[in-house]
Amino acid sequence: MERIRGKAWKYGDDVNTDVIFPGKYTYTISDPQEMAQHALEDLDPGFVHKVAPGDVIVAGKNFGCGSSREQAATCLKYAGVGAIIATSFSRIFYRNAINQGLPALAVPEAAEMIQAGQTVTIDLAEGQIMAGESSFSFPPPSAFVMGIMEDGGLIPHVKRELATHKLVRPVDGGLKRGEDETR
Amino acid sequence: MPQTLSQKILAQKAGLDEVLPGQIVTVTPDRLLTHDNTAAISQNFKQLGVESVWDPGRLVIVLDHVVPAADEKTATNHKVIREFVRRQGVVHFYDVGVGICHQVVPEKGHVVPGSLILGSDSHTTTYGALGAFSTGIGRSEAAVIWATGQIWLTVPQTMVIQVTGSFPRGVSAKDLILHIIGDLGADGALYRAVEFRGPAIGQMSISGRMVLCNMSVEMGAKAGIVEADEKTEAWLKGRPAQSYELVTSDPEAPVEQIHSYCVDNLCPQVACPHTVDNVKPVEEVVDTEIHQALIGTCTNGRLEDLQMAAEVLRGRKVAHGLRLLVLAASAQVYRKALAAGILGELTAAGAVILNPGCGPCLGAHQGVLAPGEVCLSTANRNFRGRMGCNEAFVYLASPATVAASAVAGRITDPREML
Repeated sequence: MERIRGKAWKYGDDVNTDVIFPGKYTYTISDPQEMAQHALEDLDPGFVHKVAPGDVIVAGKNFGCGSSREQAATCLKYAGVGAIIATSFSRIFYRNAINQGLPALAVPEAAEMIQAGQTVTIDLAEGQIMAGESSFSFPPPSAFVMGIMEDGGLIPHVKRELATHKLVRPVDGGLKRGEDETR
Repeated sequence: MPQTLSQKILAQKAGLDEVLPGQIVTVTPDRLLTHDNTAAISQNFKQLGVESVWDPGRLVIVLDHVVPAADEKTATNHKVIREFVRRQGVVHFYDVGVGICHQVVPEKGHVVPGSLILGSDSHTTTYGALGAFSTGIGRSEAAVIWATGQIWLTVPQTMVIQVTGSFPRGVSAKDLILHIIGDLGADGALYRAVEFRGPAIGQMSISGRMVLCNMSVEMGAKAGIVEADEKTEAWLKGRPAQSYELVTSDPEAPVEQIHSYCVDNLCPQVACPHTVDNVKPVEEVVDTEIHQALIGTCTNGRLEDLQMAAEVLRGRKVAHGLRLLVLAASAQVYRKALAAGILGELTAAGAVILNPGCGPCLGAHQGVLAPGEVCLSTANRNFRGRMGCNEAFVYLASPATVAASAVAGRITDPREML
């Protein structure tokens, strides 16, 4: 994957999915571009007007807590967010971000040190975050997670796996996996 | 190797003898719940290029989030779901009015001890009350399970919450879980399976255990779980449940953390805006003026919750200028409350009875707040904008506290009215 490069948007602890993507839109908006127009609406109404492609969200602990709504990850991705760096992530949001092909990096030191507006460069494969004079390292995502992100998310990834017979559908509700499936 | 309840269930579903915390396992759920988001998931499913779902008997679909439809868009959403259900031959479909998914799924016998239930809703953790391992997933993952029957999960560490003592009058499971969340924080149980143990849990009804497991996700838990016992068996009796074998934690199984609480001196608790872990004893927030009160939701819309509300409201009136909204968690609860005279008592006190559903909890319709308004609710979330308005304030409490406060027009200690 290419390097991610953009400006840092800094937020606090426990940013929940309701302020990222309000519940009132969850069953009326289905177009990702339209979802993007509401990204962070109840946390930072100015965000969608100023965010640029590749920008990075930097936040405290438990980012994405609350609802399982995947639109919270989708709206950020389609708003142009290149990655999220946080002290920690709520578990469903973390899975949703990966499944949308949006890198979510739990790197507490970077989350603390990076300042709002700083230019941040991320090399996922190398496990490196650069911001100003500082650099932070993290364990690069596993081959499995990289595979999902390179394919642009879980849906295109599984579609490809099914098409190439890496994943075999279960028979009679039982579980069958392809021989070449190594994960 | 001794294992906890959660480890045993995940090992069994993965076809392994044992699993360790941190291990990634591939599992097939016994049931996969989706709700009004089924239409969006069906779009993802279509993209996968698979014709039919892996097992139409394992899907459970409940329409509950915006029911009856609030507008043309939500009506169309429901229509798409009904067409999907018909096309795929989905066996367990519950249309508008049956109830909230987290009440309907156990009520209809889809949960038994030892089962693995996944759902595209964060409060799927509720079913741990019956000794199942249940957790929330995203829409893409639900679509992939429909297609492949499988998903990867990390085996969580187990955190034990040991509870002793007897609940004082007017204090309930909701006060306990709010107190715990306030104590441990919104990420206090992040990624962990929280296993509730101890004599106070043994004495607690299944409804009470559902409150604990439902809200475990508000401290980041992957699952909340209670070992099945004779109360579980009694609850399951008469429901069309599958057969099951009792699964229990090995007493010597290592757990990551143990937290102990005694409820003998617990007082009513209130979660203040705008986070669920901003919890205070009721006496610190009494006299906060409220404009709307809500009793119901997947957290506290069960018969004993409505019964408690009726007990407080009997012979009293809702304060002038305040709206009290009441929703039973399901049609079954509604009918029982009707037969017991509870709904009559609530309407006599001035409550507005809404149909079973998620209603105002997520701010989509039925009781949206205006800027500056305050709502005291029995729901599980008080985030900014949660009830449809980002300039409103939501406080969370037990059914007893909400009912008493509805009478006073301000946050009130329910023990004064019992």
